[in-house]
Parts: sequence; structure tokens; C-alpha cells
Amino acid sequence: MGQPITVTVNGEKRSAEVEPRLLLVHFIRENLRLTGTHIGCDTTHCGACTVLLDGTPVKSCTMFAVQADGQQVTTVEALAAGGTLHPIQAAFKQEHGLQCGFCTPGMMLTSLALLEEKKDPTDEDIRWALSGNICRCTGYMNIVKAVKSAAATMNAAAAVPAEAAAARS
Amino acid sequence: MAVDTPLKGVIGDSIRRKEDDRFIRGRGNYVDDISLPGMLHMAILRSPYAHARIKSIKIDAAQALPGVVAVVTGELLAQHKLAWMPTLSGDTQAVLATDKVRFQGQEIACVIATEAAIARDALPLIEVDYDVLPAVVDPWKSLDPGAPLIRDEKEGQTSNHIYHWEAGDKAATEAAFSKADRVVSLESFYPRCHPSPLETCGIVADINSATGQANLYMTSQAPHAHRTLFAIVAGLPEEKIRIISPDIGGGFGNKVPIYPGYVVATAASLLIGKPVKWVEDRSDNLISTGFARDFHMRGEMALDDSGKMLGLRVKLLSDNGAFFADAQPTKFKAGLFHIVTGSYDVPTAFVEADGAYTNKAPGGVAYRCSFRVTEASYLIERLVESAAIEMKMDPADIRLKNFIKPEQFPYKSATGFEYDSGDYPRAMQLALDKIGYKELRKEQAEKRKNGELMGIGVASFTEVVGAGPGKHYDIAGLRMFDSAELRVHPTGKAILKLGVKSQGQGHETTFAQIVANELGIPAADVEVQEGDTDNTPYGLGTYASRSTPVGGAATAVVSRKLRDKAKIIAAHLLEASAADIEFDQGKFFVRGAPSKAKTIQEIAFAAYTNLPDGLEAGLEGVSYYDPPNMTFPFGTYMVVVDIDRGTGQVKVRRMVAVDDCGVRINPMVVEGQIHGGLTEGFGIAFMELITFDEEGNCLGSNFTDYLLPTAWETPKFETFETVTPSPHHPIGAKGVGESATVGSPAAYVNAVIDAVAHLGITNIDMPVTSDKVWAALNEKGAAE
Repeated sequence: MGQPITVTVNGEKRSAEVEPRLLLVHFIRENLRLTGTHIGCDTTHCGACTVLLDGTPVKSCTMFAVQADGQQVTTVEALAAGGTLHPIQAAFKQEHGLQCGFCTPGMMLTSLALLEEKKDPTDEDIRWALSGNICRCTGYMNIVKAVKSAAATMNAAAAVPAEAAAARS
Repeated sequence: MAVDTPLKGVIGDSIRRKEDDRFIRGRGNYVDDISLPGMLHMAILRSPYAHARIKSIKIDAAQALPGVVAVVTGELLAQHKLAWMPTLSGDTQAVLATDKVRFQGQEIACVIATEAAIARDALPLIEVDYDVLPAVVDPWKSLDPGAPLIRDEKEGQTSNHIYHWEAGDKAATEAAFSKADRVVSLESFYPRCHPSPLETCGIVADINSATGQANLYMTSQAPHAHRTLFAIVAGLPEEKIRIISPDIGGGFGNKVPIYPGYVVATAASLLIGKPVKWVEDRSDNLISTGFARDFHMRGEMALDDSGKMLGLRVKLLSDNGAFFADAQPTKFKAGLFHIVTGSYDVPTAFVEADGAYTNKAPGGVAYRCSFRVTEASYLIERLVESAAIEMKMDPADIRLKNFIKPEQFPYKSATGFEYDSGDYPRAMQLALDKIGYKELRKEQAEKRKNGELMGIGVASFTEVVGAGPGKHYDIAGLRMFDSAELRVHPTGKAILKLGVKSQGQGHETTFAQIVANELGIPAADVEVQEGDTDNTPYGLGTYASRSTPVGGAATAVVSRKLRDKAKIIAAHLLEASAADIEFDQGKFFVRGAPSKAKTIQEIAFAAYTNLPDGLEAGLEGVSYYDPPNMTFPFGTYMVVVDIDRGTGQVKVRRMVAVDDCGVRINPMVVEGQIHGGLTEGFGIAFMELITFDEEGNCLGSNFTDYLLPTAWETPKFETFETVTPSPHHPIGAKGVGESATVGSPAAYVNAVIDAVAHLGITNIDMPVTSDKVWAALNEKGAAE
């Protein structure tokens, strides 16, 4: 028997009746057909299934869809708002922070959560934050570079309105 | 018009990757993302035992579960002659077990259901009655005369011995050893590990029962070879089979073999008439699909008193699991292991290899490696370390003394390879300079006085990659050439279709750069297509670092063919002779008159609109490239470690990697490949292990037990290059995808041994975990 849930996914309210055992990742991939969230290990280790739940990175393979009822879920599909790449996306491409692309959505969402918390992370901050996301291709060097570069871009963008406000006053 | 601005995106430019735009948006298309109308889902029941006779299989309860469409057993497959299939090494492998199970995790039955979860629910409802047999886990014991026979179904198979294989000159090697001043030996076990791409293996099989058309969406590194094997195994007409390998989430060799799940899903789709999806979970992947290594090796080196190598003798035992399913050329039973003389001018060598069946998963794929080159490179580099210790020589000096000299290329090795090009001392010197070797040795001496353990590891690898030539190298009899088809459209945009298949290597960018370089069409205007057998020319696929050496060469050759035709058209447009036309960065002009040039775009348009009499329309071509030789990339890796005597923990302080893979097409992509390989090499050296208990239970069946390096443990890498072009490759390139996994494990382990050799510790087998290091230190009274 289904259990009704309503989850706000990428800003849009999505209601469904789901089996209580349905994993959040399957709800996202199968019910909503948002296939940018991947499954790599089934056991919370690899982080390919990482999404943001009310802004916090979670591994959607180890959470039931019903547990997300009433909450906000952000997946990779939301990053390029209005078609413009998010600075994290642009930086992953620019710094060659991806190869096969399978871990990339999870990596970018964990990075986003980090940069919301820490504006100028060190290499160690980034490596620690991403230690729950496994990449088999890149060796992480360029991922760390991408996150740093994205931080710089985001800080510069945030500084512009602040300067403008200062100039007006 | 003269050529004023250089063309962007040619060979040597680190342009950003074309494929990234979909991946960073989450818009890649991997097998599990494919959903077809009416699609069913498959799950596999696997054996809990390593060795057991199957007395009966009851499927009634499973079949009765609502949502279950079919339960497939070996008995059903046997009716269609599909219970067994050939392996890539000429052996047979059970698709679904009928008589016995021979490893834990072996496929017994498959459930096809309307939902993936229902298929899973039905698995425990299948009742299998087993008669448990003693498991054979140790390959040495497996060869004992009284050992339980694993392959009792094979006619004429009276023991667990699979093959004996030799390379080199036995008599000359014995003679060299008898004259040697010193003989250094090393027993080394390269343990079983697993490629573990982040995406597991899977298929969506869609067979149209009305037309017989079979569309198979598969995680395949070799879609064309797989099509042919499917035709042979399943008896399907090859023209009706279309294998589509969409985006692949990493391969590393794991997606080279054909697995039972692919075969059963295809058979099920044929029988049921609906699409069937099967995607492994991680445990399926780790316990049943292509493992790597598992070589027990003994190396002996003969030297004179000055440290000059006189000969090399190697004996190895390969633990192949229950079915001999190594993915490798037919005539080389131990792959290309006989590259074991490495970077050294060893006058004579002899290699003996034996293979043994055990009750373990089959596979024997090369995890980011060209057919067992990794094991060979590891053994020789560890053996040279042992020699340096025993001869009291510096590990860099003994290498420099024995390197094949630059003037000796092309170099014929004692086991039969002809190395194409190399400058080993130059790569070594660069590594020594970059890491500051002399200062590090001083620091080490100071630290040792205080009892601190610091080590400097050196490894100078040589690989053999890029198979063919087809006359020597094949997969299941298919010669290892590869192909490229180039079509230039009237507007000057092009499609390049290849027989290889990227799994993250960046082919859509780098192969477009080859076309840009050779024909002048900007890389942005060249669409690269791979993986769909209906729409690409036949090729053997991507593994063993062969895409650039073979597919890349085919791309250059076909581009040049089109360039020749473009010259004829240019001559027509410029009212000149084709012999007088010169080409430079996409412009064609009469020699000495570059100001009156025709662009490749103008010529492409003319190829469809304004041709000289007698010339065929169009600007298209295809090349099937059979390389004259393999390519031999090389390099020197150096590692600095500090070891905690209280815990045995090894901290990698620095890793300097000098790679020479000839001409680099896209240096950014090449460096990325090296980073990845250094990381997988780090994982293999310190973390990754598939092992078994005495009952044959797999102890590395998930990512809790099979440890992969994360960003936290992985060292920072310092990468450098030298460039020694391959003389036989059209653009001078060599393969590079695997160099770092091949070369780095020995560098990491040599660093650990360098730190503890003075205590009398000369070997610790991988993975070099803290507990092993501490135990070794403790045994010598050196632990804290």
C-alpha cells in the first residue's frame, strides 16, 4: 500500500504515493525520472547518490523517500538555474574535475554545501568535506582545484552587490 | 589569405572537454538511466557456497509471487544450449549453474519481474538444495594431486592445473645465473584486487520478437567484439544485433568480459518479448565480475659485483578462479607479463607461468593495465629494490647503471618485445631533480639517527600498450586493429565515428583534436561518436591503453586520406596541380602563394557542389589501422613516506611522477589520466584487497571491506613529463591511461621498504596496511 508524500524537489512540489520501503534515490530516479543522481554502492560509501536535503548533503541510497516527506530536496538538475551554469559546474569543467562523470553530481552537491558553510576553504577542508564521495577517475587533485576556483568565483560575485550597496550609501 | 591566427584545439592544446557539458548538468546517459516501455527487471540468485553440488532447485514459490514474470535456471538455458558460454581465454564458464557451484557468488537463477524490488523479493523464495564440497582456496594446494577437482565437467581435466607457459631462453638464462657473482631473489604476491568502476555493470536487452532485432544497451568497453561474441554465444544473427554502449561510468577493465547477467537478460528478453534490465548492485560487482592480479611470483636476478644485471628468472602461479576467463590475447596465457625485464638491458631472461583453478570468482581482467603488465612492472621494480639493498647500492644508481640506453632503441628485449623508443635516464634525472633526491637522502640519514623512519621509493616502469599488431594480438580470435570513419559535411562540420569506446578518457575531445590537427576542421566542429555498433566501424574497443595508439592512429590516417582528396579539390578550385597544393592549419594553397588559399570549409562545400570531372562526390573515408608495433610508454615515479613506529601508519609525504607517453594530444586530459592512475595505484598499494577465508567466503564484497582511496587519504601529486615520440605512430603518441597504475604501486612499496630495510625488513606484500607494517617492525623489535 502506498503512503502519500510531498517533497519539494528542485523548487517544485512533487506528491506521490510510495511504498514505505522505497529509497529516496529510487523516488528521484524512477518516479521523478531525474537520472542525474546516480547509484554506485548501495551502502552510503561512495556518495554518487548525494543530494541536498534542506541544504544538507545526504546519501539518498540510505534514506527512504517517506523520510523526505515535507522537505526540500536539491539534485544536480537544479544547479544550472535558468540554463546558466553554477560556478561549481563551470569550475569542474574548467579545472578538469571530472572524467567519466558518474561521481560528478554528488561531488558538486557536497561541494555546494561546503561552500555555503565555508567561503574560503583550504585544500584540507575540501578533502575532508569530500571524503564521503569516491571518484575512481580523477585522483581528486582537479576536484579540489575546481572547488577552490568555484569559491573564488562565488566570493567575487557576492562582493559585487556588496560594493554596489556601499557605493550607494 | 595567409594563415595568421593559429588554429585552436589542435594537438598539444589543453582545450576543455566537449563531453563535460552533459555530465555537469546530470544529463549523461548511463545504462541504468535507460527506461523502455514495458521494461522488466532482473535479479540474480547467487551461491552462498564456494563449492557445492546442486541437488535441486525449486522455483515454484518464486514464480508464484505477484509481479514475477519468469524464473530462469540453468536447466532452462541448457534447453537452448546456453547454460555454458566461452570465455575470452578459450575456456568455458557457466552462465547459470546446473551441476555445481564453483565460487561464492556464482549465478544460479534469475528472476524477471515487473519491478526491480519484486525481482529481489523473489530470490529468497527459490529453494536450492546443496551438497557442500570442500573449497579449494589456496592455488598451491589446488595443484596438490589429492585436491578436489573443481572442473570435473571438463573432458580430460584431471587436475586443477590450467596452463603452463614460457617465454625467453631457458638455457642461456641458466648459464648467466651460473656465472653470476650475485643472485638476488624475491617472493612477491600481487594480491587480488578489483577495478570497481563507480558505475557497476548492466544491460537493457530489448529484442523485438516480430523482427528479431536485438538492441542491447550495455556497459561495454568493446561493443563490436561483444556483438560478435553474442552472435556466437547466443546464436543470434549478427546483423540483427545492435550493441549500444552509452555513457560509461568508468571501466578500468571491468567492462571487457561478457558476464552471465548480460546473457540471461538477453535470453529473457528473447523468450518473453519485452525489454529486460539488469544492473548489478555493488556486491554483485565485487564478488562475481572481473577481478585483477592474484599472481604469486618469484623473481631472481643474476648480477655481477658491479651491479650490472646478467639475467632474470621468474616463476609465477596465477590464481584464475573457477573459470579461466582472463581477457587477453590468445597466444599469451599470462598476458604480456613477459615484459618483466622492464626498463633494463637484461641480456637473457626466462619466464615460466602456471595457472590454477580455485573456488573463487573468475575474471583475470587487467585493472587499468595492459594484460598483466602491472604484475610484471611491480615484480621487476621490487626486485631491483631488493638488489639495491643487497648490493648496498643506491636504488637510483643501480637503475641508471642498467637502463636500456637511448641509443639502443629500437631495443629487442630478452623475452621478444621490440621497444619502440625511450630515454629512461632523462626521465629518471628529471624525477631526481624535482624531488630533490640528494637532500632527501641527507634528511633520511639525519632522521634515522633519531630512530625516525623515512623512506624514498623509486620505480622506473616501462609498459607495452596499444595492441595489435593483429598478427600477434587478438581477443577471442578477433585481430586487434581499430578503426575511424570520418564524414565531412558540406558546411565543413564533421562526424568522426570510432571502434573504440570512452569510459571517461575524453575521446570526444582528444580525437576531435587529431582531426583538427590533420585536416584543419576546428575540434568544436567535429562530433565524435562511439559505442553504437550500427553507427560505427568495427573495432576491438577501449582497454589496455589502446585507444590513442590504435584508434587515434586510425583517426590521423583517415584525416590524411581526406586531406589528400581535399588537395585535389583545392587544385580544381585554384586551377593548379594537386602536387603543388600545400596544407597548413585548415588552408590549402598553391606552393608559394598562401595568400590565395581555400579553407577546408570551402573545399568541403565544393566536394558536394563543384567537383573536378571524374572525382567522386563527398568527403568521407574510413581507416582500419593495424599498428606495426606496440607502444612503450615509460617513466620514473618517486615517493617519500614517513612511518609511525607506534602504529605502523605510512604517510605519503610526496609523490613525483615523470611520465613519457610520447606526443600529448591534450595535456590536460593526459595529466588527468595520470592523476587517476596514481590514485588507483595508491589504493592497490595500501588499501584494496579481495581476499577469502578458508571456506571461500569473499571478504571484500562491499565498500566497507573493499577500501577505495578518498580525497582524504589520497596524496597530492607532482607530475612532470618528457616527450620521446613513438617512431611508428602517425602522430608520435603512445598510450597513457594505465601508466600510473602500472608504475606507481612499486614506487609506494619501495618507499616503505626503503624506510625499514636497515631493520632487516625487505618485503611487505600489498596492501601495505598499518597492521602489517607494525607487525613487521615488531618482529624486528623496532615497533613502539
